[in-house]
Amino acid sequence: MNKNLKEQVLRSSGANVLKCMRCGKCSATCPSYDEMEYHPHQFVYMVEKGDIETLMKSESLYRCLTCFACVDRCPRGVEPAKVVEAVRLAAVRQQGGNRLSPDMIPDMLDEDLPQQAIVTALRKYAK
Amino acid sequence: MQRIGVFVCHCGTNIAATVDVKTVAETLGHEPGVVISQDYQYMCSESGQNLVKNAIKEHNLTGVVICSCSPRMHENTFRKAAAAAGLNPYLVEIANIREQCSWIHKDIATATEKAIILGRAAVAKVHLNAPLTAGESPVVKRALVIGGGIAGIQTALDIAEAGFDVDIVEKNPTIGGKMAQIDKTFPTLDCAACILTPKMVEASQNEHITIHSFSEVAEVKGFVGNFQVKIKKKARFVDETKCTGCGLCTEKCPMKKVPNEFNMGLDNRTAIYIPFAQAVPKVATIDPNYCMMLKNGKCGVCSKVCSVGAIDYKQQDRFIEEKYGAIVVATGFNPIKLDKYDEFAYNQCPDVVTSLELERLMNAAGPNGGTLLRPSDKTHPHTIVFVQCVGSRCDDSKGKPYCSKICCMYTAKHAMLIREKYPDTEVYVFYIDVRTPGKNFDEFYRRAVEQYNVHYIKGMVGKVTPKSDGKIDVQASDLLANEQLHINADMVVLAAAIEPDKTARPLATMLTTQMDTNDFFTEAHPKLRPVESATAGIFLSGACQGPKDIPETVAQASAAAAKAIGLLCKNSITCNPCVAHSDELMCNGCSSCEKVCPYGAITYIDKEFRMPDRTTKVRRVASVNPAVCQGCGACTVACPSGAMDLNGFSNSQIMAEVDAICK
Repeated sequence: MNKNLKEQVLRSSGANVLKCMRCGKCSATCPSYDEMEYHPHQFVYMVEKGDIETLMKSESLYRCLTCFACVDRCPRGVEPAKVVEAVRLAAVRQQGGNRLSPDMIPDMLDEDLPQQAIVTALRKYAK
Repeated sequence: MQRIGVFVCHCGTNIAATVDVKTVAETLGHEPGVVISQDYQYMCSESGQNLVKNAIKEHNLTGVVICSCSPRMHENTFRKAAAAAGLNPYLVEIANIREQCSWIHKDIATATEKAIILGRAAVAKVHLNAPLTAGESPVVKRALVIGGGIAGIQTALDIAEAGFDVDIVEKNPTIGGKMAQIDKTFPTLDCAACILTPKMVEASQNEHITIHSFSEVAEVKGFVGNFQVKIKKKARFVDETKCTGCGLCTEKCPMKKVPNEFNMGLDNRTAIYIPFAQAVPKVATIDPNYCMMLKNGKCGVCSKVCSVGAIDYKQQDRFIEEKYGAIVVATGFNPIKLDKYDEFAYNQCPDVVTSLELERLMNAAGPNGGTLLRPSDKTHPHTIVFVQCVGSRCDDSKGKPYCSKICCMYTAKHAMLIREKYPDTEVYVFYIDVRTPGKNFDEFYRRAVEQYNVHYIKGMVGKVTPKSDGKIDVQASDLLANEQLHINADMVVLAAAIEPDKTARPLATMLTTQMDTNDFFTEAHPKLRPVESATAGIFLSGACQGPKDIPETVAQASAAAAKAIGLLCKNSITCNPCVAHSDELMCNGCSSCEKVCPYGAITYIDKEFRMPDRTTKVRRVASVNPAVCQGCGACTVACPSGAMDLNGFSNSQIMAEVDAICK
């Protein structure tokens, strides 16, 4: 669990995921439900657990239409669409960053590893 | 010269482990006026109390300070001990060195220092204590029950059983309340009418009970033991004493298109009506909004057919005044309006109904004579979806923040009854949690699942869409299967949240009782005084205090009755002498105190005063009714001229305490 990432998502969404009572109405109302690997209620729960990297890698991020049906219908005012948007922002923001940090390299080194691979690993994410 | 005794309690190790009690006793012994200062292991014990009693006699004490636990625990104990030794009980002061000192501190030195300061403040206060005598006020031996549902009926029956007169004020034409509308009751599935109507009849026949139906409480004055209540008897345009309830007028009335509120508007009634066959009193009522005679003077059929001449088109609202010793509030609940939940299509589709509407649809006395038919086309529904928590457990902006408590059980009941009667019907229940605490309740719910094969699905319905073929598309999530479902349903039943009746808030204002933000009446103590309001003499019965099912309501109704009987049994009641009083010479008549008084204890009177030049002048001054005042002290703070003072907690006493602490 990445605490900083969770903090960032919570802050940029402005949502309080602890208000969720796990009724699943967000997923019941979602028009993109079948397109998603992780559904709105799972987004909320995974952000609560701090499992944000998994969400950042998922295509589900880009299946949310931001129609706000879940925000409108949520009985607890959790605002799931804003949570999805915040994770999307976190994914966008890491672009341009390094894929690896230099201090991660020593552990990866072995005799057979071509130097070229290390250089490749230090490439940046596309902007 | 004051002779004060100080008694420091160890409370086992509760106090002595953190406070050096010997030092506290010794230091306080040097305070001015203190003639004896002792410590003891358990001051509240028999021998500890004897220590206090003996010291009072031996040293002829004029004041006592007990350094012990909170006054809420043992103030009364030590007051009684002092009284037994011949000292006025209001000359005893408690310094709380347990909750406010030893329990919250770790360091012995600081805790001991604080205990000494608290003791010193109490000594400073007791110097100024005056002996107080509790007054008495008489009790009117008659009770008022507001609301004639099962809660009010049960309370009235129990009070009548004890031999006291009771009046029931019911705003509808008949008593019976919500329970009369219910078909079957959980968890035994016995018929609601079969167990309720005998109680209604019993109430009407009991010589101690007077039922004021179609009436409302208009004004409440007075205080515990002596309330003066004005009751508005609304015009029903039928002479209650003459009407026999034969029902001929309701058959002949030509105005037959009035929505029938007893059947939740699912069918129609006539303008002159008796709500249902077992109504008590069984008397017709004319609805002035629909009666053609009352609206434009053309008709008069009911008056022609009435063989006893009971119809009186000229009847007016009447007011009666009565005195009561105790008042029981039993105003009950209503399901919330579902207008703001567009997603469930309640306003668009007649086949989306609330649970109370379903109750009427399934009732033998309901619009379909007990056959479950869709309201739209009167066909049998084959797929029914129940939605739980509609408006309950919501964010404040979306609905009610609380759990409505009864919905899980009545939905299990509905589902079971439908599966029993129409086994070809598929029943789905969408739930967030199934909450079934209560005797035989969870077994009941399990029976719905295991025996009756009701499909319980963990999840919520997101969208209900009426389709052109008359079916209803229900889009919902199944959280355990992690999928979104579409159910092709014939009917959707919404378990609407319940809320207190709208009449409760104005009534609370009249009674000067407290309510929470949801308009439920607040009990005096959530655990230990659950059927009393914080206002003396006002008791709470049923769902007006919080969501409740029938067994709980009846239990609380009887508990409220017991409390009311306890009050009515007394010939007079002892009043709390620690009440406010105003110094009339200082009072400038500004009304600030009257406005803040939560109990309505302060009135303003015009009084003649002699002026220095031997003339007289009439001035408006505050007057406190000591029987109503609860001694909260709000007025003493609000008074800009310092005229208001509280016995036992006077401004000078409080200042003396502050001075002692700051010394």
